[in-house]
Amino acid sequence: MIAFVIRRLLLGLVTVWLISVLSFAIIQLPPGDFVSAYIAQQAASGSPVSAEAADAMRQEYGLGRPFYVQYGKWLGRILHGNLGESMEWRRPVSEVIGDRIWLTLLLSFAALVITWGLALPIGIYSAVRQYSWGDYLFTLVGFIGIAVPNFLLALIVMYFAFRLFGASVGGLFSSEMMLAPWGWPKFWDLMKHLPLPAIILALGGTAQLIRIMRANLLDELRRPYVVTARAKGLSETKVILKYPVRAALNPFASNIAYLFPYLVSGSIIISIVLGLPTVGPLLVKALVAQDMFLAGAIVLLLGVMTVIGTFISDLVLMWVEPRLRHQMD
Amino acid sequence: MATPTDADKFAVATQLQLTWWRFRRHKLAMVSLVVVVLFYLVALGADFLATSDPHASDARTSYIAPQPIHFFDDGAFRPFVYGIKGVRDVKTFKLVYTVDTGRKVHLELFGRGYTWSFLGLFETDIHLLGLRDAQRGDGIFLLGTDQLGRDLWSRLMVATRVSLTIGLVGVTVSLFLGVLLGGISAVYGGVVDTVIQRLIEVIRSMPTIPLWLGLAAALPNDWSVMQIYFAITVIISLLAWTDLARVVRGKFLSLREEDFVMAAELAGASQGRIIFRHMLPSFASHIIAAVSLALPAMIISETSLSFLGLGLRPPAISWGILLQDAQNIQTLALAPWLLVSAIPVIVVILAFNFLGDGLRDAADPYG
Repeated sequence: MIAFVIRRLLLGLVTVWLISVLSFAIIQLPPGDFVSAYIAQQAASGSPVSAEAADAMRQEYGLGRPFYVQYGKWLGRILHGNLGESMEWRRPVSEVIGDRIWLTLLLSFAALVITWGLALPIGIYSAVRQYSWGDYLFTLVGFIGIAVPNFLLALIVMYFAFRLFGASVGGLFSSEMMLAPWGWPKFWDLMKHLPLPAIILALGGTAQLIRIMRANLLDELRRPYVVTARAKGLSETKVILKYPVRAALNPFASNIAYLFPYLVSGSIIISIVLGLPTVGPLLVKALVAQDMFLAGAIVLLLGVMTVIGTFISDLVLMWVEPRLRHQMD
Repeated sequence: MATPTDADKFAVATQLQLTWWRFRRHKLAMVSLVVVVLFYLVALGADFLATSDPHASDARTSYIAPQPIHFFDDGAFRPFVYGIKGVRDVKTFKLVYTVDTGRKVHLELFGRGYTWSFLGLFETDIHLLGLRDAQRGDGIFLLGTDQLGRDLWSRLMVATRVSLTIGLVGVTVSLFLGVLLGGISAVYGGVVDTVIQRLIEVIRSMPTIPLWLGLAAALPNDWSVMQIYFAITVIISLLAWTDLARVVRGKFLSLREEDFVMAAELAGASQGRIIFRHMLPSFASHIIAAVSLALPAMIISETSLSFLGLGLRPPAISWGILLQDAQNIQTLALAPWLLVSAIPVIVVILAFNFLGDGLRDAADPYG
């Protein structure tokens, strides 16, 4: 088990490293170097950068040196907590991102909890009551969840909320709470706004997990040991929950590792439709405006957070489900 | 002479036949197959089905609501649509264009419209439906028009072609990468296998949309529509080949243990012959199933990227670009029909999913 944790940790580190290379590549991709772009922008806005300052900047970013030197310098600054300067906002990147990264994580995490919370009981129900009305209903909902990309779902929900209730369903805060300092009232406000986007985000993953859970459990329920347990007079709840469900969880768990990255990805796009104050809209705006330090930092942060989130969800699952510990070794 | 029974037929059938027989039993998958074929026929004849030039904007026809075709005129079968007229708004004195129920414009089958080229083979201006004696601004607005007055139906037809082919091109690239890397992984094993498998795990644990967005945003602004189109497919495929590689590797490894592979080896068949003559037919059906499950993911990816304005760019037309117009609630309140573009996306993704499920069940006809 320790070996498994270490292996996961190493794999996580490799992933983080690869993401950092890709993020830096994204920063580098637009034509021209970013210091020239920065100087041009400063000059255009009426506060030109002196030649010495420009040279100092070039020196600092290692421009003109090979890719890996520039990458090393950039990584060094990041490790010291300096994410660079946003050209568009003319403020440090960390300030621009601010709370948004946490709200992104909160949204993805809420969606993760909803996915697990819904997929497990519904999957069990659908398998135990196979071909019942409830099973057909959930199968239908499941197919909708798979076929409707979540940004489309967000669009459709928004449209119907507008038509039926005349209300806008966007945002994570009500307008009077938007700029309020953090505290219980604001937190409560957030909690009231969170469920809808989280459910929209969770539906696709939930639908897939329900199908997996249902299929796995159906396989298990046909096994002779279930018949034996029943013949021996175990209560029906125990017959189902104690053995087959736990056995069916096995393949379920390997899919969960890929759920969190999927949710983080999805949160970007539904945030734009629903106008949520996460990093999604910021990222797209930064990319369109070629504000590369901001964009690169967001890609990097999202990647790192995803890796950490996936690692934690692996650990939690291992703690919850002892059979996995052996399975994964 | 005795007629061959079903069992006899079963015994001598090829693998392809067996797969097809089993697939045919899956009703939903059969229906989905028909749907998918229809969609690709639309893609092939997009311009023929379009009723007006999908790129031509006209201020007169801005935000026209969907117009039905009226089939009977004075009791006779003479299909027509109403024309468009300009009315002076009494309050603002602005000229607004509305549907003129007083003027009928008759339809004709195989009428003439804008010039299009069929696969670059020949040029024609014949469309399925055309208008007789149309005035400027008149059109068959089956699904309404967008802000720039472009006919949504015609745009949807052309978008279908773009979105469906981008899926095909993307899957081809992924398939190439998947078969190559999955095959190498299985054949060589050892360190190579470990490296490729870890690479797959790493790619799968990265959030894809931010990376796609970052890469797509870096495409130069002066690239042509075609260049962007291929660049986007490559970007999507770079992260999408992993599932196919896993399928290929898994099948390869399990088949290697089969008796018929051993028999071929003992009979002195070369490595190449064993792979291509004996193993490939056995797992080709699995690959086809995996491909049909990968296609909808490709289509969603392209649609999402274009929807965010970082995929294909206008004047290209794809489902994502059409949906981009429906992005904010103000537009949707004004022109809810713009959301119609969501329907083909949903239908085609469902169809591919059912088709893939059916193929996967049928892929192993001996089971």
